[in-house]
Amino acid sequence: MKFLGIIVVVITGALLVYTTGDFPSWSDPASPASTHVSPHYIEKGMHETAAPNIVTAVLADYRGFDTLFETTVVFCAGVVCFFLLRIPGRSPFTECQYRHKATGITVRVKHDRKMSGSFGEFERIDTLWTPHDLIIQTACRILIPFIQLFALYVIAHGHHSPGGGFQGGVILGASIILLAISHDLRTALDRLGEKAHAILCSVGVLLYAGTGALCMVLGLNFLDYGALARILHVDPVMARSHGILVVEVGVGLAVMAALIWIYSNVSSRGNYDEGL
Amino acid sequence: MSEIISSVVAHYNYWIYIALMMIGLYAVIGKKNLIKKIIGVNIFQTAIILFYVSIGAKKGATIPIIHHGPGGGHHETTASVIEASQYMNPLPHVLMLTAIVVAVATLGVALALAIKVYNQYGTLEEDEILSRIRIR
Repeated sequence: MKFLGIIVVVITGALLVYTTGDFPSWSDPASPASTHVSPHYIEKGMHETAAPNIVTAVLADYRGFDTLFETTVVFCAGVVCFFLLRIPGRSPFTECQYRHKATGITVRVKHDRKMSGSFGEFERIDTLWTPHDLIIQTACRILIPFIQLFALYVIAHGHHSPGGGFQGGVILGASIILLAISHDLRTALDRLGEKAHAILCSVGVLLYAGTGALCMVLGLNFLDYGALARILHVDPVMARSHGILVVEVGVGLAVMAALIWIYSNVSSRGNYDEGL
Repeated sequence: MSEIISSVVAHYNYWIYIALMMIGLYAVIGKKNLIKKIIGVNIFQTAIILFYVSIGAKKGATIPIIHHGPGGGHHETTASVIEASQYMNPLPHVLMLTAIVVAVATLGVALALAIKVYNQYGTLEEDEILSRIRIR
């Protein structure tokens, strides 16, 4: 099997190497990829959408349908992880470990149906190895607000500087996942619960599709943001810029919620109790 | 001889993507552990992403964000004509930007399936899973 694999890989590689002669050379301005539609995007994009970041303009406006369904794929991935792994109901652990905050002594408690969270001087810790690392916890707690602020900047300023909904959403999701890694999964779930993941993920996709549908209601095509000019009271070009912003917010919400959703399902094997 | 060398140097982005793609493909075919296969798929995706992004490069061009004056300046840039050769090709960047996020999301689905397989058979080795299926 391994020998067969090496043969297949080498043949594939040889065929690919054989074809590279026909490809344009590195950073060739006259390459086919740069000569058909992309000059139009670069030269006219700013005048047609009022978004200086052409990547965002193409992402959310020219290729709006593509991005809508990419967002739907991310949403579906979150839903699939939930349906595959989520075990509803009580935690399967019959005994839990608690750490006395002042002394660091760990206590093992069997069958605590009532006291599942932390209480009094004791805090719940994971059964597997969890070091009590004050430096990492404090550093992450200080860093996370700034990471989230930067993520909001990346989303909101995405059509003027590098950024956009996907990038900002991933940074937002990573900040919550950082909280889950540095503390534990329960802390992260207390801040942003399971219902919030599902609702935010759906709201993000709905915001995107709803913007497109609103354009239809106002008399133009699906996702033709120029139609928003009538309710925003700006010229159609500026309305496209605003439409891109709304859509990017939707993408950011959907991606953030989907990433946290996937993480909390995969890391805790679906019981949402003891995760990474 | 120098022509061959200059041709090889001019296409070096393709050599890197081919090497990455071969590594990923070998991991998918040759490895028996499911997690290693998933990592192989991800390396394969990285090769595709590198291929696309390297196609978007242009000599002497900057990132595809139109240089605009202070205070927004949405419509004032009409004075200076925008040349397509000044900015990189934005299209591959757009495609790969979404592909990266979708790759992470599908990685999550793959890991979820691996967890289900592990719960069912108690192992992630392909041959052991197959032998356990045959026993049943």
